[in-house]
Amino acid sequence: MRVVVFVKATADSEQGVLPSTDLLEAMGKYNEELVNAGVMVGGDGLKPTSQAKRIAFDGSNRSVIDGPFAETRELVAGYWVWEVKDMDEAIAWAQRCPNPMTGPSELELRPVYGMEDFGDNMTTEVAEIHQRSRDTLAGQ
Amino acid sequence: MADETTRRAIEAVFRIERAKLIAGLARLVRDFDRAEELAQEALVTALSEWPKAGVPNNPAAWLMATAKRRAIDGFRRDTMRERKHAEIARELDNEPDHSLERIEVAMADDIGDELLGLIFTACHPILPADARAALTLRLVGGLTVGEIARAFVSNETAIAQRIVRAKRTIGKAGLAFEVPRGADRTARLASVLEVIYLIFNEGYAATAGTDRIRPRLCAEAQRLGRILAGLMPDEPEAFGLLALMEIQASRLSARTKPDGSLIPLTEQSRARWDRFLIQRGFAALHRAEALHGADGPYALQAAIAACHARAPIADDTDWRRIASIYDRLREVIPSPIIDLNRAVAHSMAYGPDAGLDMIGSIAGLDALRGYAPLSAARGDFLFRAGRIAEAKIQFEVAANLTQNVSERSFLLARAATCVAQSN
Repeated sequence: MRVVVFVKATADSEQGVLPSTDLLEAMGKYNEELVNAGVMVGGDGLKPTSQAKRIAFDGSNRSVIDGPFAETRELVAGYWVWEVKDMDEAIAWAQRCPNPMTGPSELELRPVYGMEDFGDNMTTEVAEIHQRSRDTLAGQ
Repeated sequence: MADETTRRAIEAVFRIERAKLIAGLARLVRDFDRAEELAQEALVTALSEWPKAGVPNNPAAWLMATAKRRAIDGFRRDTMRERKHAEIARELDNEPDHSLERIEVAMADDIGDELLGLIFTACHPILPADARAALTLRLVGGLTVGEIARAFVSNETAIAQRIVRAKRTIGKAGLAFEVPRGADRTARLASVLEVIYLIFNEGYAATAGTDRIRPRLCAEAQRLGRILAGLMPDEPEAFGLLALMEIQASRLSARTKPDGSLIPLTEQSRARWDRFLIQRGFAALHRAEALHGADGPYALQAAIAACHARAPIADDTDWRRIASIYDRLREVIPSPIIDLNRAVAHSMAYGPDAGLDMIGSIAGLDALRGYAPLSAARGDFLFRAGRIAEAKIQFEVAANLTQNVSERSFLLARAATCVAQSN
C-alpha cells in the first residue's frame, strides 16, 4: 500500500529556518535506509507558507489567499511517499525517523486511495471523462 | 489491548529487519535454516522483553546482537561437542572450522552488503529458476510457504520441498553468501534480475485470478527491484528492470474488467494508469541510460513500455520508435517471442502486411508452434488487412491454445466480431 507521510510544520519551519548539518546528515542516512529497503518512492521538503497560496471555493466563487497561514500545527513542511505492506510497517518506519525539527514535531501517516478503492465508480463514466480530457489535450 | 498493539509493533519491526537479520546470520552460520531459526528466536526474545523494558532505541541492532549471541552460544556448544567427537573419532580435520575467531571477524565485517549477499545466494544459478524465486520470496520477501504456494498456484508441500532442496543444494555447495566480484558478477546479476522479473510476471500474468496474493507478487518484485537498485546504484540493468516493472505495474488496475477479463493495452483507459509509477519508471530508465545501459535487455524493454506510457491516447503511440527498439532488442537477446512482438510493432507502424511478412520470416518459427499469441497476432493482422474469414480461424485456434480463461473469452469475442463483419 502507498502511504503519504506528512512532516508537520513548526514555528521554525514556517520561518524558513533550515535544518542543521547534523539533522541533514541524520535525515540523509534515514532516507538512504528507506530507499535501500524499497520503501521510499518519493518525497520533498516544502518552503514555508509565506510563499504559499490558497484558492478558496465558495459556490462558484474562487478567491486567492496569500500565505503565510496561521494554525502552524496544521500546516505541512514536507512529505514522503512510501510503499509499505501495511500501516504497522509504516508506523515502524516512521518511529525510527530522526526528529525532523529542532523542537517537538509530528509526522502524520495517511494511506493513499488506489484506483481499486474507487472500484466501479472509476471504471465507467468517470474514467471516460478523464479520457475525454486527455483526448482534448492530445488534440491541441 | 496495549499488549496487542505492542506485539504488532514488534512484529512490524521484525518484518522490516527479518531479511537483513537472516542475511547477517546466514553469512555467520552458513546455513539458511539455522539463520531463520536464530532470527525467529530473536523475535521471541523481543516479544517477551520489549513489553517490559520498552522498545530499544535501535531495534535492528538489538535483534541482530541477540541473534548473534545465540549463534555464538550454539558455536560454543558445537565446538565442545566437536572436541569430544574428535577425541573419540579423531576426525577433527573433516569438521568444518567453527572457531570463534572467524565469527568475530564476520561480526566486525559490517560493510552493509549482507542483504545483497543473501539475494545473490538465494538467486544462485546452481538452483532451478522456480526454486530461486521461492527461496527469494521466503528469505528476502518474508512470505510464508502458504503464501508462496498460493502465488504459484501450487501446494504447500511442493513449495516446502522446493525450498528445503534449494537450501540443501546451497549448503552442499558451500557458498559464501557473498556478493560476487569480478567476472562472475555479470552472470550472477543476470540470474538475480531474472528471478525478480519471474516473480513480477507470475503476479502480472494472472492478475485475473481472484486471489489477492498475485498482485502482491508484483509489489514484492518491485520492492526487490528497488532494494537491488538502491544497493547497486551503478548497475544499469538493475535500473532497467526496475523501470520495466514500475511502468508495467502502472497499468495493473486498468488492464482487467470487473469480471477479471483482460483489456488489451490499446483499449485500456489511460486515465487509470498510475502516473506516479510511470514517473518512477521514467526516472529509473533515465538512470539506466545515464549509466550507459540503454542497450541492456531490460532497459530496452522498459523503453518500449515507456513509449506506451508517454502516449496520451492509444492512437498517439509512437509505433515507429517501438518497432525500432524491437529491431535492437532482437539483436541483444534473439528470441522468437521478441520477433513476434517485433512483428506486431511493425504491423502497427507500417501496416498489417508488414506484420504478416515479418511473422513469416521469424527464425525458429517452429518453436512458437502451439503458442497462442502467435495465432492471435496472425488473426489481428489478417483482420486489419480485411481478410476476415482467415482472421476468424486464427482467433479460434488461439482461443483453443490458451490456458488462460480470460484470454480465451477475449479471443472468442474477436472471432465473434469476424462473424458479425462477414455477415
